[in-house]
Amino acid sequence: MSVAAPARRRSSGRVALLFISPWLIGFAVFMAYPVLYTVYLSLTDYDVINDPTFVGLDNYRELMGDEKVVLAMRNTFVYTAMAVPAQLAISLALALLLQRAGRAAGFFRTAFFLPKMTPPVAVGVLLLLLLNGQSGLVNEFLAWFGIDGPNWTTDAAWVKPGLVLMSLWTVGSSVIILLAALQEVPEELLDAARVDGAGWWKRLWHVVLPIISPAIYFIVVVDTIASLQSFTEAYTAFFGAGNTTYSNDAALFYAIYLFQQAFEFLHMGYASALAMLLFLVVMLVTALQVLLSRRLVHYTGDRA
Amino acid sequence: MRLSQMAVAALAACLLAGCAQGTGDSEETTDVSFDSSAELSGEVEVMGFGAGDEIATVRLDRAEEALGADVDVTLVEGDLDIQQFLSSVASGEPPALVYAERSQIGTFASRGAVVPLTDCIEGEGIDTSVFRESALGEVTFDDEVYGIPEFNVVQLTQANADLLEQSGHTIEDVNGSDWDAVLAANQDLMKVEGNNLTTIGYDSKLPEFLPLWAKANGADLISEDGRTAQLDDPAVVEALEFAVSVYDAQGGFGEVKALRDSADFFGDGNQFASGTLGAMPMEQWYVSVLNDVSPDAPMAFDTVRDLQGEPLAWASGSAWAIPKGSPNPEAACRMARVMTETDSWIAAAEERVRLREESGGLFTGILTANEEADEAVREMAPTDGDSVWSEAVAAMYEANEHTFAMPANPAGDEFEQAWQDEVNKVLNGDKEPAEALADAQATAQEALDEAWASWDEK
Repeated sequence: MSVAAPARRRSSGRVALLFISPWLIGFAVFMAYPVLYTVYLSLTDYDVINDPTFVGLDNYRELMGDEKVVLAMRNTFVYTAMAVPAQLAISLALALLLQRAGRAAGFFRTAFFLPKMTPPVAVGVLLLLLLNGQSGLVNEFLAWFGIDGPNWTTDAAWVKPGLVLMSLWTVGSSVIILLAALQEVPEELLDAARVDGAGWWKRLWHVVLPIISPAIYFIVVVDTIASLQSFTEAYTAFFGAGNTTYSNDAALFYAIYLFQQAFEFLHMGYASALAMLLFLVVMLVTALQVLLSRRLVHYTGDRA
Repeated sequence: MRLSQMAVAALAACLLAGCAQGTGDSEETTDVSFDSSAELSGEVEVMGFGAGDEIATVRLDRAEEALGADVDVTLVEGDLDIQQFLSSVASGEPPALVYAERSQIGTFASRGAVVPLTDCIEGEGIDTSVFRESALGEVTFDDEVYGIPEFNVVQLTQANADLLEQSGHTIEDVNGSDWDAVLAANQDLMKVEGNNLTTIGYDSKLPEFLPLWAKANGADLISEDGRTAQLDDPAVVEALEFAVSVYDAQGGFGEVKALRDSADFFGDGNQFASGTLGAMPMEQWYVSVLNDVSPDAPMAFDTVRDLQGEPLAWASGSAWAIPKGSPNPEAACRMARVMTETDSWIAAAEERVRLREESGGLFTGILTANEEADEAVREMAPTDGDSVWSEAVAAMYEANEHTFAMPANPAGDEFEQAWQDEVNKVLNGDKEPAEALADAQATAQEALDEAWASWDEK
């Protein structure tokens, strides 16, 4: 018996590994290998066509002195700081409205989610049309209230707010997640708060938000990562098909600069170093959010 | 445990064994003999070329005929994706032939992605003497030709004749020969309602046309040998100051661009037809668009002119090149020859004339890098001055006789990006022209030095 037990454990271990092997292989091939390869390329001079030449930390040294890295990183952080709270606030507002929609909720759920299906490139082109300073729908709407709208697509001060505005087009998935969380809020807690004289706002602040805080936390983390890697809409509108020669530094996000270095100038080694820096930044920001979540996120039930 | 250890070990072994090495050494196009009378076979995959109109299909048919029944031609249509192309070369599976902008050929040649065409030109008997010098110069490095030039693109002054007349101006005031006259016309042509610009007076087409304005002022952005940036030349700064002042007078570039972007550029509500643009320099292909979608638009045309009043155009265009490791270089070379030879252009032009006559439209010419073909095709286009469109065609051919081109260099994209980025900063109000061009000079020169150093090492 004493000999058979470890053998059985080894055998069941193998079976377990066999079961998770599809994921392991997928992870190794599509995640671990590309990341390790990127680390390797970041230490080389590589132009796609000729063999990489090892250059040590040269790319990282160059990166430290590159003004465009600072500009792109600052743009990305400013955009993230504006986009994530805006997306969360709008998603929550829509979810709260949907919760009251009764029978029509199903229809609205689908309606709010549909824009999420729009290809990001189309959103980029749409941005140019809607936010055109002369004939865009947004400025025409503002004109009804006597507001002379800005040149969203050329005025550096309004480029990022314009992009944030367009990012709200695709909050559908967050709305669905928050709606699901709202429906899990125990009715008896809300009733108890009502009995204690709490109004709608107090019930939201002291009961609903703490209970749905895990969902909010999830959305904040996911949206932050997505915003830090933001690329397609801004590239299409300000660097790609929408503007082949005109560009605006205010829209130069980090991922766009990385793409330019990699695929326009073929500085694949340098671009890999840029990718590693972004990887580290995303890791740090996410770690910070995890730390903060311990104080701010409320989980119902016992902690194991 | 053992399995996971094996996975990690396999990954490490893979890395150490060279899975992470460059995709490397493709075959050179060696042991190839080019002969215009040779029987050919196999496949010819062409990247970057689309058979979208009769000018393409007629020549393509002739090329397929010349290649013979044993050769299959397949097109990877759409604009050339540089990364896709270079990756295909690096992985040893390039297309047989590639169609690219002439300004890209330098970058490809410097990385060894395309091969010199000396043997191809000799073997197939391609007559390079018929090509425009500026076009051939764009694809020639160290006296070796890396591309067979195809189309040519030049700019014309295109204006709204009614707006000119109403403001008491003529096309001569906006052809660029007198910058003060352009600024005065701009002031008179533009219309503002409230705070909004409703008609653009003159659009100097920045950032893309800085080379044109600089040349009009007697300066080149880059030295003749393609090694030295000349972006901080006072004449370039002066040209940029002028071109930007055109926008400043209209409330800034943002106002002009917003109105420019709101026009139905390729439709019958274009800026000229809708009377929302006075004048601009624009590529010649737009004449064909205007003639097609708004034949009754009140147009006036001239060449762009330098400050001495001489016609001037910045020529650019496309070219055919054979990738390193091309699986069928003989057929690729023959196809490049047939696509660019005089008879093919004439046949294509004849077909377009026929189709235009059928639809009641006008043939507005074709511009190629082949001077002999242009001369022949010019005979088919109306240049007798009977209509405004024939004036456009005449101006187009006149412009084509007075072109300059950017010399070949291995950092074409980076050089262009350097000056365009800085011009955009001026347009966005972030920098003054002199400061911006000084910064562009530093960035561009660094890119050129680095690229030429790699080239010289080869």
